[in-house]
Amino acid sequence: MSETQYELNVGLEVHVELATASKMFCRCKTKFGDPPNTNVCPVCMGLPGALPVANEEAVRLGVMAALALNCRVNLSSRFDRKNYFYPDLPKAYQISQFEEPLAVSGYVELASGKRIRIRRLHLEEDAGKSMHAGDDITTASYSLLDYNRSGVPLAEIVSEPDISSPEEAREYLEKMQRTLRFAGVSDVKMEEGSMRVDCNVSVRRKGEAQMGVPVELKNLSSFRAVTRALAYEYDRQSRLIEQGKRIARETRHWDEDKGVTVSLRAKESSQDYRYFPDPDLPRLELDEAFIESVQRAMPRLPNQVVDFYVNVLGLPKYDAEVLTVDPNLVKFFDRCVELGGEPKPVSNWLMGDIMAYMNAKGLSYDTIPVTPENLVAMLGLIKDGVISGKIAKDVLIKMFETGKAPGDIVKEEGLEQVSDDASLSVIVDSVIAANPEVVAQFKAGKDKVLGFLVGQVMKASKGRANPAKVNIMLREKILS
Amino acid sequence: MEIWELGAKNIREQVLRKEISAQEVLDSFLARTAEVEPKIHAYIELIEPQARLDAARVDALIMRGEDPGPLAGLPVALKDNLNLKGVQCTCASRILEGYISPYDATAVKKLRKAGAVFTGKTNCDEFAMGSSTENSAFGVTRNPWDLQRVPGGSSGGSAAAVAAGMAPLSLGSDTGGSIRQPASFTGVCGLKPTYGRVSRYGLVAFGSSLDQIGPFGNSVWDCALALEAIAGEDPRDGTTSKRPVPRYTEGLKRPVKGLVAGVPREMMELVTDPGVRREFERALKIISDLGVTVVETSLPTTEYCLDVYYIIAPSEASSNLARFDGVRYGRRAKARDLDEMYYETRGQGFGIEVQRRIMLGTFALSAGYYDAYYLRAARIRTLVRRDFDKAFAAHDVLLSPTAPMVAFKIGERVDDPLAMYAADVLTVPVNLAGIPALSVPCGFSRPDESGPELPCGLQIMGKPYDEETVLALGYAFEEACSDWFVPKTAAMRKSLSSQEECEVVVRDTI
Ligand SMILES: [Zn+2]
Repeated sequence: MSETQYELNVGLEVHVELATASKMFCRCKTKFGDPPNTNVCPVCMGLPGALPVANEEAVRLGVMAALALNCRVNLSSRFDRKNYFYPDLPKAYQISQFEEPLAVSGYVELASGKRIRIRRLHLEEDAGKSMHAGDDITTASYSLLDYNRSGVPLAEIVSEPDISSPEEAREYLEKMQRTLRFAGVSDVKMEEGSMRVDCNVSVRRKGEAQMGVPVELKNLSSFRAVTRALAYEYDRQSRLIEQGKRIARETRHWDEDKGVTVSLRAKESSQDYRYFPDPDLPRLELDEAFIESVQRAMPRLPNQVVDFYVNVLGLPKYDAEVLTVDPNLVKFFDRCVELGGEPKPVSNWLMGDIMAYMNAKGLSYDTIPVTPENLVAMLGLIKDGVISGKIAKDVLIKMFETGKAPGDIVKEEGLEQVSDDASLSVIVDSVIAANPEVVAQFKAGKDKVLGFLVGQVMKASKGRANPAKVNIMLREKILS
Repeated sequence: MEIWELGAKNIREQVLRKEISAQEVLDSFLARTAEVEPKIHAYIELIEPQARLDAARVDALIMRGEDPGPLAGLPVALKDNLNLKGVQCTCASRILEGYISPYDATAVKKLRKAGAVFTGKTNCDEFAMGSSTENSAFGVTRNPWDLQRVPGGSSGGSAAAVAAGMAPLSLGSDTGGSIRQPASFTGVCGLKPTYGRVSRYGLVAFGSSLDQIGPFGNSVWDCALALEAIAGEDPRDGTTSKRPVPRYTEGLKRPVKGLVAGVPREMMELVTDPGVRREFERALKIISDLGVTVVETSLPTTEYCLDVYYIIAPSEASSNLARFDGVRYGRRAKARDLDEMYYETRGQGFGIEVQRRIMLGTFALSAGYYDAYYLRAARIRTLVRRDFDKAFAAHDVLLSPTAPMVAFKIGERVDDPLAMYAADVLTVPVNLAGIPALSVPCGFSRPDESGPELPCGLQIMGKPYDEETVLALGYAFEEACSDWFVPKTAAMRKSLSSQEECEVVVRDTI
């Protein structure tokens, strides 16, 4: 079977939790991880008689997300009810936007220049959480329900089926995640569920006009799961076509452990959600001035930052891309530069020792273990020759652990470079005396062996000797 | 004269002058209730202990020289689809039997702040679906004018409580006539405010785009007082209006001379009871004698209103009532799995009329039928609104009988849904248009030669948010009728005392 005969078409539905303090239609906290059923009220519990009122901050963040993703914001949109029964859905309907979404026609641009079109972005409320004493609600002996998440605001972002490889899907998601994080609209963390992804996958023979039968994939809890599941589906569906078999319109569940998708339910019997306009909520009317004010408040987005780093600060493109994985990292870097740090050394230390330490300790970008002030001070000490780059690595670790300023650490631990002639002279003399053969080789013209002698001096000084000075002094003393 | 016979206005003034206490007022109404409630069954639950505490609180305020609020200890009965914190809220349904509400509806909160004393929760049709209060899981309420007849509905308990002298004021809800029609059947005043005038927060939703809370009172003044207390913007209900709330009681004496009143001919064609027609025509005569120009007008979409209403209201209800699933509160049937739990809980918990409307609404919203039913009904509703707009461009108010008939006998229509729905034919257009309307007693008809006289009501419909004109005309009309209407009510109340107790009839609604 020749795989290149087949074309993959993927559309993604991404749900992101908007970073509001309170829920979409009531004033309960959105806090993650509180004891079950503590952040609830008559509205988000669906008690008889309670009514929803739209949260203005959620609308603002929704507009912000839409603008960041190049969407057109509809000045007038509407909330609808999506009716279905499930215990974690307290009103037995979800308030969403069906007919008239908040925004339409956006895109995410990939590195290749290809644009993945966004069909729509709409606001809705989240459901609660179920925990089953068993595999699922049909077989569990009982189920527990936590409504803390019920009513948390979500933006659903639906792409066109423009994605044609698992790698493109991953890049689309990473770009979107980065953009939304920079726009400050959401944490966008798949592990914590503040970003959730469903895929619609179809495969067709190349050149065929008609799209293949779409299959919906669920339970994709990481980017890796998305790419693996898509690769699996591509394989499965192209094989079925090859064998002349029909692809069923269905929802499939990704089994992370087994690395396969399994059929969950047929789409033919798809649920009728009986959407209709929610009579409890007036139309969502926005004006141009509001949209403009959101646009003005838009933080710099990743591609703008990359441009600035490359074209103005002169960083390599690679550095610029790495530094823009997270807005906190960018903030940190920018502050260092503002304090007078040279861009490239700052970038080197951030991407090198600091990230290595953070990875080892599992720290996130909002808890960088050193302040920009201290990092820049440390770079100053290197530049002024007070410490060597090698010693600086140890100083940095001490800075992480104690939070002290590098100058204080250097002083307390006596780590200044030894540059004064008298002290260096004593060490150099003793190394010359201890290595007569090497000295002789050098005198005979073997220039290379000087490195060994420098190393011996550094060792004897516990790394504190100024290597440039040692070099000169050794030459002078041996050759004179 | 007993305190309960004095009327809300007098009682309130006497309390404020410290001639009587709020506790004495409550005692009088409770004594009256003990006497007549066994005949009427207006209440699902009386809450005497809480009421006594409320009354004592009002007295304490007055004693300390503080303002007890405009209601100054007036007892108020609440329809059982309004949330009152700490008290059962059943909506006359088995599915919510024993459900204790954890919060106050906004209207309830406002009334409490205005100095009201809540006496209890009144009977109604289950989830406000009905026109006779027969669709209650907790028994039928009887009409004080004839105990063999219905008080109308769905707010029949609130209407009957005021009519029988058990409470000077009560609240009901009106989705298609559920305040005005029982007001007409029981000879009291009932007001449906403009949609958006009173917060719906805490009113258990039936048809969310139609529901409005409103008061019952023995007089137009009483209704104006209650409306003043409950109206206004509510940050918890996005459909409430920001408009300031006028002092309705102070606007009642506005001159009505020179107003132009239209009588929609299509509505008159729907009046079936000749007595109702006769009394309405007599009312028109009185109104023109007040200097109001009364002219015939047209609302061409009237004939579609009932059909449109019976698509929109059940559609919204099918969604609103989906939350009664046995998961978080209320009744839960024993079952082997989740689906069975849903089926059994809802099958056992809801009465037959509620089930009928849920199915109607579910059907109207289903894929493949939505356009032909819900969407079409919504479009015709827009035309109904336009009809009213057009009529109000030429008239200050519109007039009609409130219901095409007087109170019918218990059991007479209950097995014929279409005959029952017909009782709302003159009130439903008002909800579709979202306008305010008042029902004020306008006369009596005697459908049975041998039976008692039964009251009928005049419906005064106004422009959106123009409750003031509606109330002013109602007030002027009432003044003109009071010499013959008030004594008849007093006689009815006296004769009620001598009636025998009635058994509680619970219809087999399942
Ligand atoms: Zn809440």
